[in-house]
Formats: sequence, C-alpha cells, structure tokens
Amino acid sequence: MSTRKVAKSAEKKKVFSSRSSHLSVPFRYRDSILRWAPALLFISIFFFYPLTKILGLGVNSSVFLSPESLQIALDSLGFTLYQAVLSMLLTLLVGLPAAYLFARYDFRGKALLRALTAVPFMLPTVVVAAGFNALLGPRGWLNLSLMNLLDLDSPPINILYTLGAILLAHVFYNTTIVIRVVGNALSRLDPRLIEASRLLGADPWRAFWRITFPLLRPSILAAALLVFLFDFTSFGVILLLGGPKFSTLEVEIYIQTLQMLNLPVAALLSIIQLLCTLTFSILYSRMLAQTSTQVAQQDTESRLRRSKNKRERIFIFTMITILFALFVLPMLALPLRSVSRLEADRGDRADLQTSLTSDYYNELFINRRGSRFYVPPIEAALNSLEYAGITVALSLLMGFPVASALAKPNRMDRFLDPLLMLPLGASAVTLGLGFIIAFSRPPLNLIASPWLVPLAHTIIALPFVIRSLQPALASIPQRYREAAAMLGASSLRTWFTVDFPIVFRAVLAAATFAFTVSLGEFGATSLLARPDFPTIPTAIYRFLSQPGGLNYGQAMAMATILMILTTLSIFLIEKLRLPGRGGW
Amino acid sequence: MKKINLLTLLIALLLSACTLTAESSPEENQLESGFGDDVILTVMTHDSFALSEKVIELFENESGIKVEFLASGDTGSALNKAILTKEAPLADVFYGVDNTFLSRALAADLFESYAAPGLKNIPEEFKFDPENRALPVDYGDVCINYDKAYFAENDLPLPENFEDLMKPEYAELLVVENPAISSPGLAFLLATVAHFGPDGYLDFWAAMKEGGVSVANSWESAYYTNFSASSGRGPQPMVVSYGTSPAAEVYFAETELSEAPTASILGPDTCFRQVEFIGILTGTQQRAAAERFVDFVLDVDFQEDIPLQMFVYPVNSDAELPEVFLKHAELSDQPATISMDEIAANREVWIQAWTETVLK
Repeated sequence: MSTRKVAKSAEKKKVFSSRSSHLSVPFRYRDSILRWAPALLFISIFFFYPLTKILGLGVNSSVFLSPESLQIALDSLGFTLYQAVLSMLLTLLVGLPAAYLFARYDFRGKALLRALTAVPFMLPTVVVAAGFNALLGPRGWLNLSLMNLLDLDSPPINILYTLGAILLAHVFYNTTIVIRVVGNALSRLDPRLIEASRLLGADPWRAFWRITFPLLRPSILAAALLVFLFDFTSFGVILLLGGPKFSTLEVEIYIQTLQMLNLPVAALLSIIQLLCTLTFSILYSRMLAQTSTQVAQQDTESRLRRSKNKRERIFIFTMITILFALFVLPMLALPLRSVSRLEADRGDRADLQTSLTSDYYNELFINRRGSRFYVPPIEAALNSLEYAGITVALSLLMGFPVASALAKPNRMDRFLDPLLMLPLGASAVTLGLGFIIAFSRPPLNLIASPWLVPLAHTIIALPFVIRSLQPALASIPQRYREAAAMLGASSLRTWFTVDFPIVFRAVLAAATFAFTVSLGEFGATSLLARPDFPTIPTAIYRFLSQPGGLNYGQAMAMATILMILTTLSIFLIEKLRLPGRGGW
Repeated sequence: MKKINLLTLLIALLLSACTLTAESSPEENQLESGFGDDVILTVMTHDSFALSEKVIELFENESGIKVEFLASGDTGSALNKAILTKEAPLADVFYGVDNTFLSRALAADLFESYAAPGLKNIPEEFKFDPENRALPVDYGDVCINYDKAYFAENDLPLPENFEDLMKPEYAELLVVENPAISSPGLAFLLATVAHFGPDGYLDFWAAMKEGGVSVANSWESAYYTNFSASSGRGPQPMVVSYGTSPAAEVYFAETELSEAPTASILGPDTCFRQVEFIGILTGTQQRAAAERFVDFVLDVDFQEDIPLQMFVYPVNSDAELPEVFLKHAELSDQPATISMDEIAANREVWIQAWTETVLK
C-alpha cells in the first residue's frame, strides 16, 4: 500500500470514526497491516531470509532441475502424500470423538487424561520409539504376553518398520491437535442449539450433520490442516519407526543436505515441499471462506455432565480405554523402564529378572566422567522451560493480532494467510542450515546467541498459535461488540469484556501448543543449540549415543522427567480459569 | 487494541532480552576474572565429542586461552555446516571429520596445513593427508557386535567372515544401519566393498537381503531397538556397532560386570577402521591459539582422556589405555581400508547401488 493511501485512510478514519462497523476498504487494509506487521516482519527476517539464503545455494546449478533430481522428488512425493492423508484421516477418527468426550462429559481423571494426550507431541522420536518398542516390539509386553497366552514361538505382532508403525505414531503424536482445536470449538458451542433441533424433531444424526458439524467445520478444517502438514513433513517418525524402506520428502531432504551435501537436489525437494504446503494452505483458506458462522457463545463449563444413559456410558468407557491404550500405555513404558534394573545375566531372556532401582535418577546428578559436556538435569530442564516460555510469549504476541485479523478476513488477510503456514512446510534441516548461513555474519550475527533456538521455535509455533486462535476469534458475534460499544464501552473495555473471556480458552490452547512445540523440537535445535545451553532432548540424545545399560536407563529417566514436566505444565495451564468464572 | 498488542510485544521482548543477558553476564565476568585473558578459541565439532573438564582446564590455565565448543549435529552435519560457512567461519578449529568424509573437507579447502610437532608420536598409518591439513586424533573400528548369550544358548558357532554371514543359519540375525544416513552404516558398507571389490559387494548384499538382514536408519535404533544384547532387548543378536562397544557396555553397566555381554567379530575385513581428524579452519584470526590447541589435542593428557569420553582409541602411541579398554575393547588386526580418493569418487554411487539392492 502506498503512503498516499495510508494518509488517505487516516483521513477517512476521522470521517468515519463514528461508524466503525462500516469501514471503508483502505481503512480496513490499514487495520490489517498493523495486525500483520509484527508477524510478517518476524517471518521475513527469521524464515524467508534464511530460507532464500540456503535455497539460493542450490537453485543456480544445472543439477537443480535435471531429470534425475525430479525423479528423486517424484519418488518420495507419492508416498509422502499417501501416508499423510492416511495418517490425517486416522488422527481425525480418533481425535474427533476424543474431542467430543472432553468437551461434553465430566469424569474422574479427565484433566489428567487430557493433559496426557498432549505429552506425546513434545517427546523426542527416539524416546517414543523406545516406548513403542517396550510395548509392541518383538520382545515387548504385548508380544510376550500373547506368546505366553497362545503358546506361540514367535511374536504375533510385527509392527516395527512398517507403514502401520508410521500411522500409529502419527496418531499418537498429533491427536492432541484435534482434541485441542476442535474440542475448544465444541466447548464453546451452545448445546441448546442441538436441544432445540431435537425438540423440533431432528434425530441425533440429523442434528449433528445440520447443526454441530457446520458449526465445527472451521475448527475441524484447521485441525486437519495442521495434522496433515505435520504428517506431510514428518521426519523422526519415518526415520526411526518407519525404517529405511520408507522415504518422505523431508527424509530425502535430510539425506541430500546433510549426508550427500547435494544442495541442488535438496533445494528442489524443499521448494516442492513448500509449494505443496502453500497449496494445502490456500485450499484450506478457500474452504474456510465458504463457512463463516457466528453463533451465540456459551461457556459450557457449567453444562459438563456425567453420563446419563447406558449408551453414553459405553461411549465414555470405550473412548477412555482407547485413549489409555493409545497414549498412556506407550508412555508408561518409559517411567517404568527408568526405575527397573535388568539383571546382569542377560543370557536367559525367557524369564527376564528385573528389580526396582533409583540408580538412573541418582546417576543423572553425578558428573561421573568429569565431562565438560555433562548436562545437569535441572539446568537442562530450566533451559528447556526458558526456551519454551520465550516461544510462548513471542508466538502469542505476534500470532494474536494476525488471528484477530483473520477472524474477519479481508482480501489482504486471505492473501497473506497461507504465507504464515509455510514454516510448517520447511524442513528443520533446511531452516537450521539457513539460520547458520544467514545469521553467521553481520548485519545479523546471531550464531553465538542463545536466542537462535527460541526464535526458530517461534517460527514453527506461530502457525499453531494462529490456527488455534482464529476459529475462536472468528466465532465472536460482532453484535456483542456493537452492543457493548452502544452501551458506551471504550474499545479497550469492549475487548476485555466481550472478546477476552471467549478467547481466553483459545489462548490457553495456543499457549499449550507453542509450549510443547518448543519443548519437543529437536531438528533445528540440534543444529543451533549451544552446548552450554543444553535442553532435555539434547541430553536424551547424548545418553543414547553410547552403548550401556546405564546410558539407556538415564535416557529413560531424563525422558520421564521431560514427561512429568510437560504433563504438569499442561495440567496447570489447562486448570487456569478466568477470574470470577468459577475457581479451580 | 492493536496498540496494546504492539506495546506488549515490545515490553515482552525487552523483558525476555533482559533475562537472557542477565543470565549470560555472570558467566562472562567469571571468565574474565578467572583467566585474565580474552583470547577465545572456538572449536567446531560433532555431537559425540566429549572431554573432561579437568583436561580442558589444564589447557585453559596453561595457555590463557578460553575454549568454546560448538556442537553441530552428527558427523556429517557438522562437516557440512563447516563447509557451508567456509566464507565466514564459525570457528577456528574443526574436530571430528573421519576418513569417509575427509576428501570432501579437503576438496573444499576447509583446513590450513599445520605440521604439528606432535605428529612424530603418531604412527604413519593414520596420516592420510600428506599436506597435514587434517591431522589424525583418534581412531576406532566399526565391527559387528554379537550377543554372547544368544550364540551360547543356541549352540551356534560364530560367523568368522562375510562369507559365513550369507549362510542360512545366520539368516535374520543381523541388523545394519542405512549407509545413506548413518556413519557406522557407511563404514560397514565400505568394509564390504573393500572385501568383495566394487564388482562383488552387491552380490553379498543381495544374498544378505535374501537372508532377511534388518536395516535401521540410525545407530541408536539398530543398537537399542534391534540388538538383543542391549538394554532395548531387540530381536537380532548381531549389530553393526564399534569395536569399543563391549567396553562401553561394561563401563556403563547397570550392575558391575566382570565380562562384557557382547563382543566383536574380527574376521578379515569385517571391521572398517575409522580415523578422525582435526584441522585449523581456513581464514582463522587465531592461528597461534589454534596451533596451540592442536598441539594439546595430540599430546598425552588429551589423548589419554579420549577413550572413556568418546570410546575411541588415541592415535598417540605414548598414550596409555584405561583398563576397561584393555580388557573389553577390541581392535581388528586386519581392518578393511579403502583409499580416501576411491571413497570420494564412489561414495554416492555405492550408497545408491546399495539402496537399490537392499531397500527397493
């Protein structure tokens, strides 16, 4: 927008100041620009700039668009899309009923179970692989019990290094997105709408399809997009649980960049991945534009209820069982392993002797080898928390204005929207290397700065924050604001009395995402982190990089600490209530 | 509302900036008072690098040089990071390029040559670069580790060489790492190329695939998820790991062990010798300090610290090995070797052909 237009819009502002609900076009753009400015500036500097730096190294080569390069891209693109679609559908299949469960019913241990479903999101893949292995591996509990039970010679379940393992892990990781984004919308939904439709003669399915589903559509779309993009750019899961037979674009980018140093091919793959991300984000925006429904809001917290009839009880019981099996069991393996010692005699695996021990935890606090790179667990935890805290603050502060602009999007908002999703489509390796090239010399010599890690995390957290805030903000009826304004409330007061209570829960959900994204991110961290600011995931990798029972045990102990830390944090964040709206 | 947002953004940025600066400043003060010198040497290395606080303090106190380490991902990542930032080097010294990637570093003119006096204590076999741009610091063998108990329980004789591994009795018993991703995986692939020749190694791998060899993407997965003698209790009793892994199993055991639960198969060419190098990065402003650090690294104090920190062997023949190494670690007396140039010319081709044969 030209300066002339800005000046003009400022003039118009004076003229139209009393008619704020019928804004002229330039004024609305000015509004958008202000809201987008911080986030756009941020991603320009910390995403597009490093990205063009690293891609620029590759695109000037004749190899860049050679048939061989394109073949590599095509080979992995098909599988990447295939597994991402399957994973997304499965995640929605588990996540939607789970979201419904948490939004509608009250049951014992609900808050804990809900917090636990968010924990996988930040667990390093090595640790998740260990958990899955302890549960489902060839010598995992399930196989051993089945072998004993059915008198089999070989393990009946072989899930390791199969597509099944990839899908299962993706559901394990990403269901929390659906639970939080859709569940948040569900809990804002006024159940009286359904009750009214039922009274008017609609059967439950009809009520769902005609009332609930259309109202939830924006949040389902947002959740589906996030889940899909996460599966589309999945790396650790494919690498460690899928094994070498499966290669996605992201894995191929990693191999081409870090092992082969084949930057032209890596650049081509990265650009294809980014273009796909952009396409999906634009598709999402289009679909979202077709649905814009504002309904009366209700805080349904007071309407939560225990099951009424048998069918509801069966639903609740089934869902809790599924969630427990899917989320709690694999994670339970880690804390259990972190306190059990395997006996020295390893020969006789048929009856494995284990005993309880706190050795691994004690050992964590001892710098046994007097190493310069010893990681004190408390310090690692504090570093992790500090990075996560900064990420939450930065991404909320920049994401909120954007989400509020997108709540009532104009053409500029719609155009800019997909750009902010792009960081989800960039490979962590590409971004990490881009950071190193872009920020290792003036004007932005940040390479030695501990800031680099939370800045990279913010880039990744921002799309989550925006996507989880936007549906909530969009659902605030404009007439509430108008009513408040008419009653003489200042715009600030209007915001605090009308908007804030409604978005509060969405802000919490967004904060949870930013928090977990930061705690669990390893790809970019491993390239950017300084050894003197270790995080918990880097500590876990350090232990697992050498053989020995003590190392393995300490990795499990560190992972357990990470799990407890996140469960507690999420539990506390979600326990927050608005002042004056029912206490704890 | 917009103003509020921007304002809070600024305030929060300032606040968090303060906390971070506040945190780093006491450390810096301590430095200044401790060493009274502001020569800071930056050493770029990979994630597996480690050393004792005691040993580095020895250097820092003697020389007045403060050393900062920049860990940069795994072996391949760290090297590529150094190459990509060659124009404006992030560090003065690079520690940890191995012989499978050395040619890439030399081709990129990453290092300045330095004929360190300490080279005289290092056997000729480790000196790969006649121009002394990359100086050897440590070495070790990538070998197949086996689960002693499994072979004892099943009365299975040990495979003695690559040919044995193709026999049906060893079908499905070995897990290897993907050479496109993992450094020991690449070393093991190179060992088979050295043994069977560039024309014959694919037949071996085709036979291995037929016999159901398992492939994991990383050493961590192979060792902790697949290998039966590790704490992960996987299904395969043989894994591609290091000759020193049995020593690490004893050193990091949960309960004291008199005997390692694993050992290495030391047949002809079944182990690949990895040598790691150190180099002064081209364009450093701290050439004198860098030389002093390289001297220190080649000297006995540092060299004797290497085994228990990184579980590889020191190259300095004067360095003594710790007991756990003497008892439980093994070196092959007939390791596989391929010349640096041959690796450089064929690395990608071999990996590609391997991928086609084993994974497709």
